[in-house]
Amino acid sequence: MSSLITLDGLTVAHGGNTVLSGVSLAIAPGEIVTVVGPNGSGKSTLLRSVIGAQKPSRGTVRRAPGLRIGYVPQKLHIDPTLPLTVRRFLSLPDRVSDARAAEAMEQAGAGGLAARQMSGLSGGQFQRVLLARALLSNPQLLILDEATQGLDQPGSAAFYQRIEKVRQELGCAVLMVSHELHVVMAASDRVICLNGHVCCEGAPEHVASAPEYRALFGTGTQGALALYRHEHNHSHDHDCAHNHGHHHEAAE
Amino acid sequence: MTLFDDFLIRAALAGIGVALAAAPLGCFVVWRRMAYFGDATAHASILGVALALSFDVSVFAGVLATALAMATTVSALAGRGYAMDTLLGVLAHSSLAFGLVAVSFLQGVRIDLMAYLFGDILAVGRTDLAVIWGGAALVLALLWWRWSALLTATLNPDLAHAAGIDPRREQMVLTIALALVVAVAIKVVGVLLIAAMLLIPAAAARPFAATPERMAIIAGLLGMLAATGGLQLAFVLDTPAGPSIVCLAAGLFAATSLTGLLLRYRRG
Repeated sequence: MSSLITLDGLTVAHGGNTVLSGVSLAIAPGEIVTVVGPNGSGKSTLLRSVIGAQKPSRGTVRRAPGLRIGYVPQKLHIDPTLPLTVRRFLSLPDRVSDARAAEAMEQAGAGGLAARQMSGLSGGQFQRVLLARALLSNPQLLILDEATQGLDQPGSAAFYQRIEKVRQELGCAVLMVSHELHVVMAASDRVICLNGHVCCEGAPEHVASAPEYRALFGTGTQGALALYRHEHNHSHDHDCAHNHGHHHEAAE
Repeated sequence: MTLFDDFLIRAALAGIGVALAAAPLGCFVVWRRMAYFGDATAHASILGVALALSFDVSVFAGVLATALAMATTVSALAGRGYAMDTLLGVLAHSSLAFGLVAVSFLQGVRIDLMAYLFGDILAVGRTDLAVIWGGAALVLALLWWRWSALLTATLNPDLAHAAGIDPRREQMVLTIALALVVAVAIKVVGVLLIAAMLLIPAAAARPFAATPERMAIIAGLLGMLAATGGLQLAFVLDTPAGPSIVCLAAGLFAATSLTGLLLRYRRG
């Protein structure tokens, strides 16, 4: 199966600071891939490279020809001086029909919000509207950058369930970044643990028990580990950067 | 004798032209928090006036060139060590100072500095009118053409990227439009009050607008009202025209803001 996105040796540097080095990965149609990693590990930079907002210093980002991407940004501050109804927002930058807008809002769980002002929405409503907008292009790849920031735990759990449902309905692949390992990992096919480079990747259960992952996040994230029933007893306090590349191959 | 022979008619048409172009652009200035940016570009244009007079080119061309240079300098320097407001403060006031000094070196040309600082709308000639309406039409066409992309880039640069829009290109479009508005408005309201024509109608339109388009249209209407009404005021009260236009715009802002507050209060 040909990949939607192929990163090959992607290296990104901001003013002498290497944020990502030698990241290679591919996203297949229909799979849900979650990128986890500590703050400053280059998760957002990775996504921004995929959408073309960040030029690689080295390496390549290949998109499948004509790839339709739906993008849900990390945070969207809408200045209160900008009047914007939900319906108008959905028609940016390309105008969509009322029927299409209503359909996407229904899919994203944002039905009935069309006439509301964007600045007057709650955090959860706002995220669902962003999702609806991303769905309008009938994307083959949905990209979410910390989409549940500011939502409480039940709220973000519900949001990720919705993502999974959307994937089932549209058959799109999903690439997302999250802090909330336990919530996200339950819905992912593959997890990529990032810390400037790919520390480890594979099925969620696999990554949760990988020493590289433990090194980054510790064994104290009981909620996450309990979910996966992988309470291995080894402890790893060595730096993730020094021991990548063993234990597991990329799950395809 | 034609209609355009009347200086009051010409002044009114000039004011309307500037208001029409400034209002929708002003909305972007408000949404993107570029008020200082507009100010800096306008202040720099006094240097353009001095250069134009010393090299004997049209004031419009000189102002357009310096406004563009100023705007691109600010865009290029942004995010390189200094906070934006510091950078703009330094550039705006130093270019104003350099402009004023440069003007004093001009020999033989006796220029009325006040006319450039506060505008001289009653002295608008036919050529000025053609320049103003040509510039205004260009600005409106530019905004019309890029409207959707500009709005998307204003919301969020990454959102624009994902939709295949380059936010820096859109920033450039706004920069060019801003330079054009400054160049055409200098005759009408002068260097010191151009930012007011950008900001005040847009801000006054905000309470009654539910979408960006409506805000731009209402801002345009309010701007025209301020231009024609301010001119009338100046004529009746014998006050300077440019400042009178801005005073009326400020009055409209106060009125719409209060009405907006009252409406929200009544709705609970």
